[in-house]
Amino acid sequence: MTLILTIAWTHIRHRTRQTMVAIAGVITGVGFSIMMAAMMEGSQNDFIKTLVDALPHISVTDELREPTRQPANIVYRAAEFHGLTPKARRPGIKNPMAIIASLQTWIPGALTASVQSKAVLRYARRNLTISIVGIDPRTEVGVSNLSTHMRQGTLSSLYRASNAILLGDRLANKIGARVNSNVTLVSAEGAVMTARVVGTFHSGFRITDETTGYVLLKTAQILEMQTGIVNEIRVRTSDPMNARLISERIGEQTGYKSISWQESQEDLLSTITLRNVLMYTIVGAILLVASFGTYNIISTITHEKTRDIAILKSLGFNNKTILSIFIVEAGLVGLVGALLGWGFGYFLTWGVALLEFKTPFSDDTHLPVLYSIKHYLLATGVALASSLIAGYFPARTAARLHPVDIIRGAT
Amino acid sequence: MTPLIEARGVTKILEGVVPVTLVKDINLAIMQREFIAITGPSGSGKSSLLYLLGLLDLPTIGDVLIDGRSTNLMTEDECAEVRLSRIGFVFQFHFLLPEFSITENVALPMRALGRLSSRAATLRAEELLISFGLRDHLRKTPDQLSGGQRQRVAVARALANDPPVILADEPTGSLDSLATAQVFGILRDLVTLRGKTVVAVTHDINLAVQMHRRIHVVDGKLAQFESPASVASIPQA
Repeated sequence: MTLILTIAWTHIRHRTRQTMVAIAGVITGVGFSIMMAAMMEGSQNDFIKTLVDALPHISVTDELREPTRQPANIVYRAAEFHGLTPKARRPGIKNPMAIIASLQTWIPGALTASVQSKAVLRYARRNLTISIVGIDPRTEVGVSNLSTHMRQGTLSSLYRASNAILLGDRLANKIGARVNSNVTLVSAEGAVMTARVVGTFHSGFRITDETTGYVLLKTAQILEMQTGIVNEIRVRTSDPMNARLISERIGEQTGYKSISWQESQEDLLSTITLRNVLMYTIVGAILLVASFGTYNIISTITHEKTRDIAILKSLGFNNKTILSIFIVEAGLVGLVGALLGWGFGYFLTWGVALLEFKTPFSDDTHLPVLYSIKHYLLATGVALASSLIAGYFPARTAARLHPVDIIRGAT
Repeated sequence: MTPLIEARGVTKILEGVVPVTLVKDINLAIMQREFIAITGPSGSGKSSLLYLLGLLDLPTIGDVLIDGRSTNLMTEDECAEVRLSRIGFVFQFHFLLPEFSITENVALPMRALGRLSSRAATLRAEELLISFGLRDHLRKTPDQLSGGQRQRVAVARALANDPPVILADEPTGSLDSLATAQVFGILRDLVTLRGKTVVAVTHDINLAVQMHRRIHVVDGKLAQFESPASVASIPQA
């Protein structure tokens, strides 16, 4: 092996300029691949993290997977009635506390009961339809990051007044409400109440910050005009990636509609998958282009070294050794390029992370990047593989040379 | 006594639109400690015969035996192994690797054979080069040497793995008279002092007559053939 390395090293050492160009190609390929991967996966992770932080991992609502069967349909196999008032189902989850207690025994994570409601918010002669979420501040901490999103006040501030409300900062700004402002809430059920703004929050999601208000569970139940109603159980799992499986099991156990964050954001996640396919295609293309440089140098060396190959073969070097020499040369170009590409990729990633950039999804002012050894190893693997493949074909041609043909030509 | 190299009905035809017969029905035995000249006009098939005897080329018809062993059934790698360990080649244009020092050039076949460590191969290469009067040039590359010096390096490389046979294709063809005399002297000493067999293609009739046996090739056929009987008269080392 040392003989092969010696010859390979001597060949590429004596072609400094060509070798440098080939290595520069690999460095560029590996560097930009690392940067692309860091940027794409960084923004993806940042987006998912924001999504996962802002939303419950699993939401169990009082809707049923199957619509309620009407009495006539239960009695008759085939029946058609007209003008009958359908049987109304009492909204809310039955025995929510018992369900929560049961789920708590096996779900790794935290659960809380809440009430989802719609109301018209009136303030300073402005009417806005907003989502009202009734929460229990003590258990809310376990299922959402609302407490960390607070700009003014805390979750406990909800206990400060009889009808207290936390508004999204964009919503508060929109209507001009401040802490201690009194706003009027009119629910869909017709309940009217005056609520005091006791704090503002900022989740980073425009839609949430512009249209959501948090109240105590009891306050929301008053707005729904139904004592004790709980129409949503929110779950935060220890591992967000397991949410889909847990959600399915909850659905089977309770019979209620249980939706994981992946399911509710399926469109976005499929877009991310598509984006990943695009990313790896581009990264692969960059490295493929870089491998042409390696092919070029190995091809040039083998072409220039035709006579030397004939000499080596006449001395008794076998095909395998000749093949190995040029594959090792390609491997050296790929390896050195990939290792230097690590530094270049890190530098590019660092540079990109410094760029100011406003994304529509979050308030971060810089491009989120992910430093992952996986990207470096992947780029190195692809660069090495493409270099070796690029080196293999000219090397194979070289190994197949018939020494007599060359020696006859030379003499 | 088994010949070192034996050609049995060897014919080489170059395939093509018009097939060309390079060598035709050659029967030849090369014994130990022979100093043989292959002579003949240009294009007569001298070099082709040498390449066939050295397993650089394969006969279209016939067989070449090395130490009594048929090479017809040998794989390409086995032929390479024989070339590496049993045959040394010297070409007209030295054919040294330009990027390596002359010591490295001589050490390469030894390292390829793998019987010596890298260090031991280098030491032996230096010994060989010193024995050929190249002590002051050990670290030089071929382009820093004269034609005669390069050819001496080529002979040293051919001897690297101590093969019993040296095949030389016009080894003095590109040298001046002084260098020719030096290189020829070395080849002769290989036979007389080291007990090697040397088969050399040459145009130079003055050199050929100094050798023990002459094989004259015309149109790919043996035109004049001296039997190996005269081997007995070769002076002992």
